[in-house]
Amino acid sequence: MKNSLGVSSLVMIGLLAVSAPLFAHHGNASYGNAKQLTVKGTVTEWVWLNPHTLLKMDVKDDEGKVVNWVVEWSAPSSLINFGINKQTFKPGDEVTVVMITPDNGAPVGRIQRVMLANGKWLRG
Amino acid sequence: MFSRFVVPTIVLAASTFSLPSRAQNAPRTPFPAPDPGAVPVDQNREKHIDGWYKEVPAPPKDQKAAPAPRHDLSGIWEPAAGWRDGVQFMGAKEYPSDGKHILPFTPLGEKAFKANKPGFGTTEVPIALNNDPFDICDPIGFPRIELFNLRALQIVQTEKQVLIFYQNDRTFRSIWMDGRKFPPEDISEPRWYGYSIGKWEDDTTFVIQTVGLDERTWIDNVGRPHSSNLRVEERFHRVSHDILELTLTIIDPAMYIKPWIALDKFPLRLQPADFDLREMLCSPSEQAEFDKQVSRPAIADTKKK
Repeated sequence: MKNSLGVSSLVMIGLLAVSAPLFAHHGNASYGNAKQLTVKGTVTEWVWLNPHTLLKMDVKDDEGKVVNWVVEWSAPSSLINFGINKQTFKPGDEVTVVMITPDNGAPVGRIQRVMLANGKWLRG
Repeated sequence: MFSRFVVPTIVLAASTFSLPSRAQNAPRTPFPAPDPGAVPVDQNREKHIDGWYKEVPAPPKDQKAAPAPRHDLSGIWEPAAGWRDGVQFMGAKEYPSDGKHILPFTPLGEKAFKANKPGFGTTEVPIALNNDPFDICDPIGFPRIELFNLRALQIVQTEKQVLIFYQNDRTFRSIWMDGRKFPPEDISEPRWYGYSIGKWEDDTTFVIQTVGLDERTWIDNVGRPHSSNLRVEERFHRVSHDILELTLTIIDPAMYIKPWIALDKFPLRLQPADFDLREMLCSPSEQAEFDKQVSRPAIADTKKK
């Protein structure tokens, strides 16, 4: 099975580790089965919006095609408690993003955690 | 520099969380979505900081509670258990929309509830399909401001008023305690935050009644409805110098056959006097940008089916 970005294999995992709820206007209904993906990419823009922040990044798929992903994160008023702020990401930063994605394969998602180039994980 | 690629990982099937009353047929995914990753995130311990980026020290554990002052609610307060305790994303704290906490709807109330399409709860829909007024950044209104994202608030008392300033929506309410009555019963100008009068019931309990609430607002984050005759009672009881408990009751015979308690002695803790309230606003233009870039693409194929 392949999705639009060439993901070649999918693994079922039963281990659940639920993080605490943050500010959110909406639940996960937009994400259907909430397929979890880990994506590595280069930040193109970090948008400090209310009520959702947006991390935009270029991601190269298995065939070398670059796709710009737009992924949502919590509101600034929640992220700030975790030391995440408007300066946390800059264009050109290399990041690894763990997110849930919608069933339709669109390059959007909701962030669960992010690893910076220095190996530091951020959870908001 | 490491190469950029998509790492194949995990699928989470969450259909076991489905509820029979859900309006949509799509599988229901819990919020927050499970994250099976075993990655330690200890570099990112959460801190309690105010809006001025100042860390707030934890309250001393062994300190004996000082008595509550008489007729005084003034100060800056936050949910005593931490800011998450006031989020209530699944609806009013005492009645989350989980299929287990059943509200005493009238037939009209049941119909109105089903007409609302929230982003959470047993009737949740994708955000691009919901009709939540707060999702287009209408004012959150009262009592929802205390039943969704009840964060920090500041209470100021004057001779004739109690003023409550809220972090959420960066707004305020005026509670008159000069003995006035409500405006005439047929309130021609309903308000997002209603008309409030209050009085001291005893030395440490301040009781507020609020009417004249705009019908466009939802009671909570999961679309609990109300009529124009909604009356809300708040009981602020300062049990000690540092702890203030809030009990909030919904009285609306058109929608509910009996009053129901949405918050029951919800504890708030007094914060330092120099605690800065953070700005927490819903920006219409930014919400529109979010819809355009994320929420609509997320269901684009679904809408075509």
